Amino acid sequence: MSGRKIGEVILDLKNISLSFGGVKALQDISFDVLEHEVRAIIGPNGAGKSSMLNVINGVYRPQHGEIILRGEHYANMNSYEAAKAGLARTFQNIALFKGMSVLDNIMTGRNLKMKANILQQAFWLGPAQREELEHRLKVEEIIDFLEIQHIRKTPVGRLPYGLQKRVDLARALAMEPQILLLDEPMAGMNVEEKQDMCRFILDVNDQFGTTVVLIEHDMGVVMDISDRVVVLDYGKKIGDGTPDEVRANPDVISAYLGASH
Amino acid sequence: MSFFLETLLGGLMSGMLYSLVALGFVLIYKASGVFNFAQGAMVLFAALSMARFSEWIPLWLGMDNLFMANVLAFVVSVMVMFAVAWLVERLVLRHLVNQEGATLLMATLGIAYFLDGVGQTIFGSDIYKIDVGMPKEPVMMLESVFEGGILINKEDFVAAFISAMLVVALTIFFQKTATGRALRAVADDHQAAQSIGIPLGRIWVIVWCVAGITALVAGIIWGSKLGAQFSLSTVALRALPVVILGGLTSVPGAIIGGLIIGVGEKLSEVYLGPYVGGGIEIWFAYMLALVFLLFRPQGLFGEKIIDRV
Repeated sequence: MSGRKIGEVILDLKNISLSFGGVKALQDISFDVLEHEVRAIIGPNGAGKSSMLNVINGVYRPQHGEIILRGEHYANMNSYEAAKAGLARTFQNIALFKGMSVLDNIMTGRNLKMKANILQQAFWLGPAQREELEHRLKVEEIIDFLEIQHIRKTPVGRLPYGLQKRVDLARALAMEPQILLLDEPMAGMNVEEKQDMCRFILDVNDQFGTTVVLIEHDMGVVMDISDRVVVLDYGKKIGDGTPDEVRANPDVISAYLGASH
Repeated sequence: MSFFLETLLGGLMSGMLYSLVALGFVLIYKASGVFNFAQGAMVLFAALSMARFSEWIPLWLGMDNLFMANVLAFVVSVMVMFAVAWLVERLVLRHLVNQEGATLLMATLGIAYFLDGVGQTIFGSDIYKIDVGMPKEPVMMLESVFEGGILINKEDFVAAFISAMLVVALTIFFQKTATGRALRAVADDHQAAQSIGIPLGRIWVIVWCVAGITALVAGIIWGSKLGAQFSLSTVALRALPVVILGGLTSVPGAIIGGLIIGVGEKLSEVYLGPYVGGGIEIWFAYMLALVFLLFRPQGLFGEKIIDRV
């Protein structure tokens, strides 16, 4: 049964501007994200896509603009608070914990949900033990979902790139986020891996009703899986709408094909 | 042969203590990427706190029970070390998140001098006795195997045992608990750890607390041997080659590195010393570490650094 039914605005970004010294990474960008939708941010290299994601995730703080999450303002959120507010993310250059096994990596995603205090953990008391088992069950579900049972105990550093990306997604899913931010989930993958990843993203969206915000470079993939697309170029928004609308937008075409204005 | 074994065992046991101090370095380096120069000062501070509180508490409470006094002093000292950890995070580290390694190193150098100074202001600067009832008399062992047996210092034996237990406990804590997992996560990648909801600040306080406890245990053991005095803070400098040898990021490396240095020091002093004029115990460890660095810059067990070009 499909958990997906596009709802109200869950995340609203208003007039976001971000600059690093003289470089204007984002200029006056506004768009919103509806609950349960797949929202893509696309644009050529250096368009400000990753900066946008990092603003939403609280890594960067914009000089101007407002972030409204479920009707509440978040001005000075850091990434820890973002995680608490139900935002999970993956990274463009995979930021997994390389020395740890796949299972341990995904278990770290449960950290916020663990309540046992450090003394209970240190002495392996009842509550800590029960909790560990409970979370372990949830993590095993995610492992089954993403079809990575066979590598559960492997240190992530040893996995091929495509699988590492999948573990990165698994760790984010373990947080049971309301909004999932994906930073170029398909980058550097072969066709088969891309198809798998698309399927997982759609399944997550469909089965858990998770709102997905994803950045992608590859227009083709994005158009197939997104409900709505924002297009950035040189830090400015040049298009916003359904994939068909965006495809027909002359500004978008020229940004991608490099036609002269 | 029995003399060789005696020297070897003596080396292993003092090596265990080096390991303990080195462990403090490694824990903090792993979790926060900070080379904590203040580890030695923490050992001194902890030892002074233990020595003085075990003296003061019986006076304040008017009791006459050495065991209880030591237990209470230990508890108070643990709390003192926790307070130090909390203050370090609050006043220093929090403001230096994402700064250069050199900046952080200088900050810990500052903490080291501060702790040295404040410790002696609060606790006094004499040599104080720590008496936790460590057995002092040596014992003879293996008399049936060797003629004359081998002479072992019971105190060293107990110390090595305690150190080993602490190492085992820490390993279990790091590998098996959720907090341990979070610590390892922070060690691997700050940004990613933060974005999945691991609170960096709290993790740092925890690591400094753990490093504080290892400092306290090391301080008590060294202190009961040599007395709690200023020279304890230089013990940490002798653990530096251990860290280099073992690799800054490896807990087993710290332990084995410590044992190698301990044994190397004792054996070289006894067997090489006479030829070069003795006193080589003091610099031997550094030279060993230096030679080692030529061949394995990442240490015995350290992670090899591979840079993408």
